[in-house]
Amino acid sequence: MALIQITDINKTYTQGKIQIHALKGVTISIHSGGFVALAGPSGSGKTTLLNIIGGLDTVDSGTIIVDGHEYQNMRSSQLANLRLYKIGFVFQAYNLIPVLSALENVEFVMQLQGVSSKERRSRAMKILDEVGLAEMYHRRPHELSGGQQQRVAVARAIVSNPSLVLADEPTANLDSETGKGLLMLMKEMNEKKNVTFVFSTHDPMVMNYASRKILLRDGVVVDDV
Amino acid sequence: MMYFQLAWRNIWRNPRRTTVIFIAIVMGIWIMISMAALMRGVADGMVRQAIKTLTGEIQIHHQGYRNDPVVENSITDPSELKPILDQLLPQNAKWTARVRVNAIASNARHSSGVTLVGIDPLSEEQVSFIGKKAIIEGKFLDSQDTHGIILGKALVEKFETRLGNKIVMMTQNTQKEIASRAFRIVGIFKADMADTEKNFVFINLPEAQKMLQLDRGISEIALILPKGHAIADMAAQIKSRLSSSYEVHTWRELLHALSAYLKMFDKSMQLWYMAVFIAMGFGIVNTMLMAVFERIREFGLLKALGMKSVSILWQVLCESCLILVMGMGLGNFLSVLTVYVFNQKGIDLAFLAKGAEFVGMSRIIYPNIGWDDLLIVNLTVWGLGMVISLYPALKAARFSPVKAMSYY
Repeated sequence: MALIQITDINKTYTQGKIQIHALKGVTISIHSGGFVALAGPSGSGKTTLLNIIGGLDTVDSGTIIVDGHEYQNMRSSQLANLRLYKIGFVFQAYNLIPVLSALENVEFVMQLQGVSSKERRSRAMKILDEVGLAEMYHRRPHELSGGQQQRVAVARAIVSNPSLVLADEPTANLDSETGKGLLMLMKEMNEKKNVTFVFSTHDPMVMNYASRKILLRDGVVVDDV
Repeated sequence: MMYFQLAWRNIWRNPRRTTVIFIAIVMGIWIMISMAALMRGVADGMVRQAIKTLTGEIQIHHQGYRNDPVVENSITDPSELKPILDQLLPQNAKWTARVRVNAIASNARHSSGVTLVGIDPLSEEQVSFIGKKAIIEGKFLDSQDTHGIILGKALVEKFETRLGNKIVMMTQNTQKEIASRAFRIVGIFKADMADTEKNFVFINLPEAQKMLQLDRGISEIALILPKGHAIADMAAQIKSRLSSSYEVHTWRELLHALSAYLKMFDKSMQLWYMAVFIAMGFGIVNTMLMAVFERIREFGLLKALGMKSVSILWQVLCESCLILVMGMGLGNFLSVLTVYVFNQKGIDLAFLAKGAEFVGMSRIIYPNIGWDDLLIVNLTVWGLGMVISLYPALKAARFSPVKAMSYY
């Protein structure tokens, strides 16, 4: 069974008097362990699709099933629980809680899960070590570079062993070298921990890292290779 | 712990803003408690003043005396009361018997209506203001003073007389005949209020009884209970042991106007707390709303990470709670310190003496605050502070993660 099963979803936004069809009859199936890129130009519906997969946004019609959970029947608190235990997020910017150190940011999700302080500290330190930031565990986000912040976000996304990590243009604010480093890290985590990564991008260099590319244009899947 | 840690760090993200609201809460608490203490001090002073000015905490009269305070309504045989009082009153309770009658005081130049009070100097001193301490010239009465009289400073000035001079007292005795007798001024007393100095003159109890032909009769018994003793309960106990020819009243029953003022005082204090809080409340809501709106994206992130709306609500309330508790801590400390300092020496209202006397206030106010006042102020600030913080907290909890994260 697919980890993500999206069937014929439609999503329309209203901006003032204009209706924008963000997604039109999108059907996708993503299996566990994939490293999948949602590609397409700006406004093609990549972020909307990621938000819908993450349970952050709703659809007008169609069905979404993630890890056996059908979203249509779930309350917002159940969706929050699903995100907490099954889905990790890496955003383009503003990923970290500014008042917490790198270590505390990584610990945060486990804290919400109720993991004991001893265990979450050791797991967080281990994952920070894996992403190469063990020495900087005490730094606050503003004391880290953009690339380092994204690495902390990846560490936080995978520390509690989710089934799925969703990354919305994770390299958009990084220079190419740093972006490449981040992608290699994500790929490594995907292979090492068998975590499914779905990320959006419009950068051809980033797409090359993906094992599967789903191309969106004007809210429609135009290619899937 | 997570809420507390995040809240603590969040409130110091903008130290200037937090400091401003912190100062507002400290000032609010300080003003609320200090003003409450001052007003409580005024009220306590008025009660103390009234009790000391020949009222006592409980009075026993003959039936009908209060409606018609004439010598005919005197207690004819007070000896039957003594064993009952000795049995009922706690060890440190003090009581005294008095004759009190309206009279005319006159000398060669002046005459004036006064209240002639026959007292037992030893016991009276322990129950009311009149005693050795109140004497500013001459001496207090002793049992040898068969013709001695004590006058207030204001009356002495009004009569243009002095220590050692004679003064004639005239009143009606039990036979409904005019009783008149000359006394020599042996002492001049000072009271908090000039009216007290003008209205009361004191002679020995046996001399008053002789002058009024009262035999052993007295007008009243006034008593003071040890601090903290339930006055109404004791009054009820005494009443239950006495025959129906006696009336027993507490000071609250004797001083209707003051009792009514005290009831109004408690209500006005609550209004005062509310008024100060409303001003403070706007500050709290405004600060918390600013803190919430500048962190919209962060709340979106927290929701995306799996934090539930109710947890975000608690998070914001926790921040409000911390600011409130810190402000309340310092506000209480400053207030109690202020009240303590002024309570030691009192606030001298000599410059307001005339106006203060008019409403029965003593010249020196001792600010005083009770645990119940402190509790009400703190519960008002904390409780209402948390209630009004619900508004920004609910705002934060209701942000949609997608909209919040795309907010600029």
